[in-house]
Amino acid sequence: MDLLYARAQMGLSLAFHIIFAAAGIALPLLMVLSDLKARRKKDPELALLSRKLAKGTAILFAVGAVSGTALSFELGLLWPEFMGTYGEVIGLPFALEGTAFFTEAVFLGIYLYGRERIPAGLHLFSGVMVAISGAASAFFVTLVNAFMNHPAGFTLVDGVPTEIEPVVAMFSPGWAYQVGHVLLSCYQASAFAMAGIHAFVLLRHPGSSFHRKALGVALPLACVTALLQPVVGDLSAKHVAEAQPVKLAAMEGQFETERGAGLKLGGLPDEETGTTPWAVEVPKALSILAHGDPDAEVKGLNEFPRDEWPPVAKVHLSFQVMVATGSLMTLLAAVTLWRRWRRGAWPEGRALLWGWLVCGPLGVVAMEAGWLVTEWGRQPWIVRGVMRTAEAVTPVPHLAVPFWTFTLLYLFLGVMVTLLLVWQVAGTLPGEGKPVSLEVSHVH
Amino acid sequence: MSTELALGGALVAAFVIYSLFGGADFGGGVWDLLASGPRKAEQRALIAKAIGPVWEVNHVWLIIGVVILFAGFPRAFAVLSVALHVPLTLLLLGIVFRGTAFTFRTYDERGDAVQRRWGLVFSLASVLSPALLGMLVGAVVSGRIRVEGKAVVSGFFEAWLTPFSLAVGALALCLFAFLAAVYLTAETREEALREDFRRRALGAGGAVFLAAFGVLALAREGAPRVWAGLTGSPFALALHGVTAVAAVLAFALLLARRFGLARVAAAAQVAFIVSGWAVSQYPYLVVPDVTLEGVAASPATQRLLLVALGVGGVIILPSLLLLLRVFRPAPGRPRSAS
Repeated sequence: MDLLYARAQMGLSLAFHIIFAAAGIALPLLMVLSDLKARRKKDPELALLSRKLAKGTAILFAVGAVSGTALSFELGLLWPEFMGTYGEVIGLPFALEGTAFFTEAVFLGIYLYGRERIPAGLHLFSGVMVAISGAASAFFVTLVNAFMNHPAGFTLVDGVPTEIEPVVAMFSPGWAYQVGHVLLSCYQASAFAMAGIHAFVLLRHPGSSFHRKALGVALPLACVTALLQPVVGDLSAKHVAEAQPVKLAAMEGQFETERGAGLKLGGLPDEETGTTPWAVEVPKALSILAHGDPDAEVKGLNEFPRDEWPPVAKVHLSFQVMVATGSLMTLLAAVTLWRRWRRGAWPEGRALLWGWLVCGPLGVVAMEAGWLVTEWGRQPWIVRGVMRTAEAVTPVPHLAVPFWTFTLLYLFLGVMVTLLLVWQVAGTLPGEGKPVSLEVSHVH
Repeated sequence: MSTELALGGALVAAFVIYSLFGGADFGGGVWDLLASGPRKAEQRALIAKAIGPVWEVNHVWLIIGVVILFAGFPRAFAVLSVALHVPLTLLLLGIVFRGTAFTFRTYDERGDAVQRRWGLVFSLASVLSPALLGMLVGAVVSGRIRVEGKAVVSGFFEAWLTPFSLAVGALALCLFAFLAAVYLTAETREEALREDFRRRALGAGGAVFLAAFGVLALAREGAPRVWAGLTGSPFALALHGVTAVAAVLAFALLLARRFGLARVAAAAQVAFIVSGWAVSQYPYLVVPDVTLEGVAASPATQRLLLVALGVGGVIILPSLLLLLRVFRPAPGRPRSAS
């Protein structure tokens, strides 16, 4: 029971942190892009957008910073055996992530509070540094997760890692796919959310040029990432098929080893009967997707000992959600780009605005679902093949108490941040609220 | 110098710098809570202005310390995480509430009542967190955290809920409040406001003396090994000597209204006290069962960590100097009070 609470608390903390981390990575880029565009076109509305995005970044980064601090402690508070045993193997990317985070915090401070104090060039440079170091910290921390999925760089002797090579551990096989997939998802989730917000306002106030320009900043990033993501995702899945076949089998609800395996869309895998009923099957598609060959053999769950199965239904369903939402976003991006190409301007029709409004939250949904796939899909291991999650958990009892405490805390913070962001957007509505303050912060 | 010692030194350095900067931010929160008199609002505004651009950066030193601990001395991190699970979780709550409430106060524009409520959360969390940090230190040096093999065999409360740990918690709180008040005297050019914080600094300085004697008095019982370390070795005694000199100097400079220099002396005093803690518990990471050498990571990891810290330093230090430069109060030019 305590193991379950520990996993729930870790999962909750990560699910919460991921949203803020993604925003902390992508919003600085969008903020710098609109800053650049504003300077080039001498457009005060784009300058205002950049300031609004800076405020949003400040709020989201602060929550991301403290929830990230909580996570660095929770690694030990919940999984002391993992950190006690593998901390030295995988400490290097954590240390580099610390450096990147530090740089991000320094330059965000300068960018947010230094607008009136430093030359414009230095101000813009600070914004660029925030965007780069944000991406760098996501890069390093995803390397840690890649290691947990595919440990490397040590030899296990009596359960103790020896002959440790931290650099090999840091770049475990498959790191590039996972890092690429994760970084794209951060930009995609944030750009879709931003596009959704501005589409929402434009549906109510079609004349607002501020929101039209804001949409114009979000759409290119949203479209490009949504088109790239399926390619990177496919490469990632092919790597998982080779390196972690049991995870792939769970993702696809594939129980039997099969040549020319069909792709199961939907369905609810049943571990007892070893079947996935109610799925729509596309013939040979799984063999093609996983191995690039219609007659390739795909390993099923039955190849593996039962006590090494991940929770099949959860992994399969999360994967379905990720792929479905991802496909919808790719479709919308393709349509939008096609119309952009035909007309030479970002489309303004209500139908497409509705599309962006509906798809606005899907980036975050896909990101969370994808993260659930990789985490549930690695179970019962915390470090695949060498340490089980149950071996890593803390002996401290009554873990329900911190779990519920953090659940309530994060719920409260989530509601507060949402409200603050809503008020920020509300301040830009035509003819509503007080005149928009051009001051980044009123602490000055 | 061995790599363990170098990494241990980096760990101490991270905690010293965290105390000097992050500690002062917590202290700022204490003075936000205790803001009083006719310039109550101005005091709070000055604190917010001083903390705003830097608190997230200052906070990262704690994360750097934690990373050095779990990458360089993984078993010590595991032991501390188990034995001090409860106060560490409380500390996290304090850290989360402090940071978010401060940010929400800055960006929540619904009026004064709401701002005051966020301010209260921010300042209460700023009192709770340093006290817990001190209690954690007290527990680490107390010798009550016992380890057999890999397992923690002492209880989850007995190490940190002792009179000695509480005294160390009080000392940390007073120390950070003192540091913040001294820093704030040099943050403003307004005479009256500066006098407010000068009085507060002198008061907190007195409280630091009291708390320090309380800790010393309880150490013989509460942390016998550290007591021996504190009073035994000549190196420790020398460190006490310079700490005392810095403390007296900080007081004298405050009395003489030499605020810039007082700042340096107060920072030196805090740095010596934190280093003194580290020296007194050497070679133990967790007294008495976990030593620096006993739990150090493999030599390859240690070397790479030192390289990573070096590379990080090359990136971080210039950025940090830039930040401090941008937000340094411009000398001679009085700034508007807004």
